[in-house]
Amino acid sequence: MSGFLTIVGRDLRLALRQGVDSLMVVMFFVIAVVLFPFGVGPEPNVLARIAGGVIWVAALLASMLSLERLFQTDYEDGSLELLALQPVALEATVIAKVTAHWLTTGLPLIVAAPLLAVLMNLPRDGFVVLVSALALGTPTLSLIGAIGAALILGSRRGGILLALLVLPLFIPVLIFGVGAVEAALGGFPARPQLLVLAALLLAALPLCPWVGAAAIRQAFD
Amino acid sequence: MPGDSSFSGRSAIGCPGARLKPLREPRLTRFSGHHLVCFRGERTVFENLDFDLGDGGALVLRGPNGSGKSSLLRLMAGLARPLSGALIWDNEAVADDAEAHHRRLHYVGHADPVKPALTVAENLRFWSALRGDGAAAVSVAVGRALDGFGIAHLADLPGRYLSAGQRRRANLARVMASSAVLWLLDEPATALDDSGVACLREAMAAHRARGGMVVTSAHADPLLAGGRELDLSQFRAAS
Repeated sequence: MSGFLTIVGRDLRLALRQGVDSLMVVMFFVIAVVLFPFGVGPEPNVLARIAGGVIWVAALLASMLSLERLFQTDYEDGSLELLALQPVALEATVIAKVTAHWLTTGLPLIVAAPLLAVLMNLPRDGFVVLVSALALGTPTLSLIGAIGAALILGSRRGGILLALLVLPLFIPVLIFGVGAVEAALGGFPARPQLLVLAALLLAALPLCPWVGAAAIRQAFD
Repeated sequence: MPGDSSFSGRSAIGCPGARLKPLREPRLTRFSGHHLVCFRGERTVFENLDFDLGDGGALVLRGPNGSGKSSLLRLMAGLARPLSGALIWDNEAVADDAEAHHRRLHYVGHADPVKPALTVAENLRFWSALRGDGAAAVSVAVGRALDGFGIAHLADLPGRYLSAGQRRRANLARVMASSAVLWLLDEPATALDDSGVACLREAMAAHRARGGMVVTSAHADPLLAGGRELDLSQFRAAS
């Protein structure tokens, strides 16, 4: 456990010292959403109709944008090799790095989402559900993304490969995340969709670090 | 102490390692490899390789480029697996308990993992803390290790301002900062100047005097006089 916290602390410190990365992710998120009123026109009803989906898709793309760096920098400077050689299970190391990644990229997205919801004229009923759905969904995105980030280690042009690998796996999270918001707007309970999102997170929590660690070991061989 | 005579030329920067207490209770430890076969990139790098290392022992890997020195060190560390053969630590296969093996080894590869955004001391403290040492003990050990490699004055400098030789010194200081029986050093003298090499030599001597083991690959410089040499070219696979 202390090893886990040590790695989280180190990654957070690194992210704060080079704060540009997480800022870039949030900026991308904001700009991507802001493009839609320009694209589809400023009609309030149209925007309200698509708000949930647009915010979710933009959040998904934004969190993918930062995934490439999750293991890449540590892999290039030899840190990842050393991390694998510490008396800390590599699976725990992967969870620690994903946790730090989510705290620096996922959490800012959740904070920015309500502002964008106002911009997109999302009805007030959807706000709480949107934020809760993002809070349950973005950790899953980071966990799934860790598999892709580990698989692309050592490949050139890894970013595009990463998108091809993980975007299809993001679809269930997207469906239930948007579904929760839609349900809340239609006056239905959003609880079932939120429970499915929680279930996806609970399934990803043990599985993804395990697969990610295996992929990292593969990269060393 | 094996090979002590070669360490008489002490540098101005003292390595205080020799004053430390022994790494563990004195008892015979053996690290050995049996019939190791390494297969990489669709060719057999070496085959039927045996080695044997005891308390305070040192092994210098020699051989031309591509003869598998780095590969053997990676096998010993557990970063790669041998195609066949076994690595044995005290009658137990290393592969059976990877975490225990990781606890007793330090590995220095080709790259120097010094994070540009962290200070030198923060870099070292991170790696020592990962091995479960307490914060106070870590600070003392890191200070001593930095001193031992003559980079105490760089402790608060961010890693991005280090030269290649200074980065290497920081990486070697990391090895000194927390205790592990087995040191696996892949070309440790790369980018080091003369005084750096002297520090490294002293650190290795102190480590061996405490019963530690060192495996290193080296080209020309006889870094480990007194250590046994293992010439990898004799295990080249017949092709």
